[in-house]
Amino acid sequence: MRRKKCVAMLLAGGQGARLYALTNMVAKPAVSFGAKYRIIDFTLSNCYNSGIDTVGVLTQYQPLILNDYLGNGEPWDLDRSYGGLHSLPPYQAKAGSEWYRGTANAIYQNLHFLHSYNPEHVLILSGDHIYKMDYSKMLEEHIATGADCTIATIDVNVEEATRFGILDYGLDGKITSFEEKPKNPKSNHASMGIYIFKMSSLSEELKRDEEDEKSQNDFGKNIIPHMLATNRKMQAYSFDGYWRDVGTIKSLWETNMDLLGKNPEFSLNSTSEDKIYGRTGGSPPTYLGTDAKVQNSIMTSCEIYGSVVNSVLSEGVFVGKGAVVRDSIIMKGTTIEEGAKVEFSIIDENVTIAPNSKIGVGGDKDSLVLIGRDVKLPKGCSIKSGDIIERYINENK
Amino acid sequence: MRTNKAVGIVFGNIHDDDVPQLTASRCLASVPFGGRYRLIDFCLSNMASSGITKVGIIAKRNYQSLLAHLGSGKSWDLSRKNAGIILLPPYAEAKAIYNTRFEAIAGVSTFIKRCTEDYIVMSDCDNVCNFDYDSAIRYHIEKNADITAIYRRRTFDASSSRPHNLMTMDDTGRVTKVELGDKNTAGERCFFTNMLVISRRFLLTILGDGKNYTSFSKDVMKKTNEYRIFGYELTGYYSCIDSLSSYLRHNLDLLQKENRDLLFKKESGAMILTKVRDSAPLRLENGSKVTNSFVADGCIIEGEVRNSVLFRGVRVAKGAVITNSVVMQGVSVSIGSSINSCVVDKNVIILDKRNLSGHATHPYFIAKNSVI
Repeated sequence: MRRKKCVAMLLAGGQGARLYALTNMVAKPAVSFGAKYRIIDFTLSNCYNSGIDTVGVLTQYQPLILNDYLGNGEPWDLDRSYGGLHSLPPYQAKAGSEWYRGTANAIYQNLHFLHSYNPEHVLILSGDHIYKMDYSKMLEEHIATGADCTIATIDVNVEEATRFGILDYGLDGKITSFEEKPKNPKSNHASMGIYIFKMSSLSEELKRDEEDEKSQNDFGKNIIPHMLATNRKMQAYSFDGYWRDVGTIKSLWETNMDLLGKNPEFSLNSTSEDKIYGRTGGSPPTYLGTDAKVQNSIMTSCEIYGSVVNSVLSEGVFVGKGAVVRDSIIMKGTTIEEGAKVEFSIIDENVTIAPNSKIGVGGDKDSLVLIGRDVKLPKGCSIKSGDIIERYINENK
Repeated sequence: MRTNKAVGIVFGNIHDDDVPQLTASRCLASVPFGGRYRLIDFCLSNMASSGITKVGIIAKRNYQSLLAHLGSGKSWDLSRKNAGIILLPPYAEAKAIYNTRFEAIAGVSTFIKRCTEDYIVMSDCDNVCNFDYDSAIRYHIEKNADITAIYRRRTFDASSSRPHNLMTMDDTGRVTKVELGDKNTAGERCFFTNMLVISRRFLLTILGDGKNYTSFSKDVMKKTNEYRIFGYELTGYYSCIDSLSSYLRHNLDLLQKENRDLLFKKESGAMILTKVRDSAPLRLENGSKVTNSFVADGCIIEGEVRNSVLFRGVRVAKGAVITNSVVMQGVSVSIGSSINSCVVDKNVIILDKRNLSGHATHPYFIAKNSVI
């Protein structure tokens, strides 16, 4: 068989616990984003736009909806006969079975998959970031420098630096230090969690790490520090585009809001080179009623009879007459009935907000309301800002 | 349970001449409709959701855009191992290119002979409806019919266009009379939608030598004593396109909730599918005013839109006003321009301060790729 130049491994097994109710039923990469996408669409579309045609998606936490969404990979042109999209859950083997213990262990358990394509390089990605990036440029640089590992970096605010893996590098891009979530960051160069390894180096490192009983089998905590300590050739690839980690409710909200405006911080209206692809339903266009008032919002296949301001509405959302939605994210299939008011909220899929309810009225972006999937709120109910509603509320309560 | 015993046949060029403006660069089957669809989507979606997995599309000219739209057929789940969508263009050596549906069918008799399914479902490409062919096929089997003609009730008056074949049925549903309506036709009548179920063996008999038939309506349907022809009613939303004004009117039909629900709600039966284009979501800017309109993804609107249907990727600049119009994919309307009762074909650019207006019965048509 032909040798693949580069195979991508996409880590999509994380729970995303800080998204609370949003990830009760789905893995974080499958959370809705930007009116018609799911978070993982951005990484998969980047793969397509970078000419990568073989992607292993490592799943573990709540994979049902994610797997259903990925299907055969057709939306991202990954339904290939040699290559394409492969869902890689943990599996049972003769020697026993185990869950993925860490990011490195997840790749280790799938070395057989990688070897079957015999790639020269392996691109490690995570499925929970919003950005557009041409990985082929990074791969070119990785090949040109002859590095064992190239890490994509982005400059972040100093206050935020403690959340990331922070690295320092010289003028030639050679990495001199790396610390995972440091208390006192030495620089503001954050690791984006995007690595390209030489296949041979990756394989050696993973096998060695697996034998180390003290290791947590994590790229940031174990593999990268060990490679640096043993003088492997480690290069930084600096990226200066838009990149957001949507690991928290607030960052998910802010990143959605970045899509709005005449010249948005992050535009979904793309050229053919950086288009975002996703699996879309067969819903008809958006209908805006006679009294509809919509300002500064994006939406897809909705039915709007009320007012919508500064919001992001997914497929099949219904906003009834006299209802007002402001500064909110409303996900697929949710109904906001007549006269209801929704402000500063994130409302998950298939929620029903009964007439004249008040959700998060008077709130702000630091006290967002979060309502979980399939919740039906009773008539005239009032949810104060900052609340998280996960289950059905009894009408009599 | 699905019967799965039928093949679909769609007439791709039928009625091309009724809307010459729209079919100058495409066949009627690929005329855009309803904000994100093309006419043939309705027919294909109905057939696919009725369990039909083999659809022959008869096309004789201008079918490039249709081919591009159909691709492998996967948008309708019609990319199948053993069948799926099969395009049936005329053979180069054919004596003459067909004019009627019957001649078109005769031209593809090899295809029909090779099929193994017992029934054939036929439809024109411009029938906009949500219809369950499976129940019509079951009715056809139950009645032991040769042909089951799908009809529609409608009240006719002097303003009714396009001659219709009117059907009269007895108590058992058997068709007893088929006649051509004229301008004196009035009152509630049942007209034939040109959608039908026909037994394949029966079709091969009437295609056979010695019959010399040339038309379904003139030669076959009229022989109600000789053949077992039954009627099956089509309820719900239905329209077909027979003029530019009916094209505009039927697009604007979708501004009514009842029509949209009948056509698109899951409970109506078929899910109407189309080719996926991966447009960005619809974007409505500050200062935009969009009311009673059907607007597709990828549009960016800063101006005003009323009572209109906008296809994907239309840009409406500040101060531009679109009313009572159908605006197709990729059109851009610049600052201070106004469009009223127009049908604007794909990729038109309307520069600053242009005022264009037609009338509901006489829409103003702007051809594909024009710059005004």
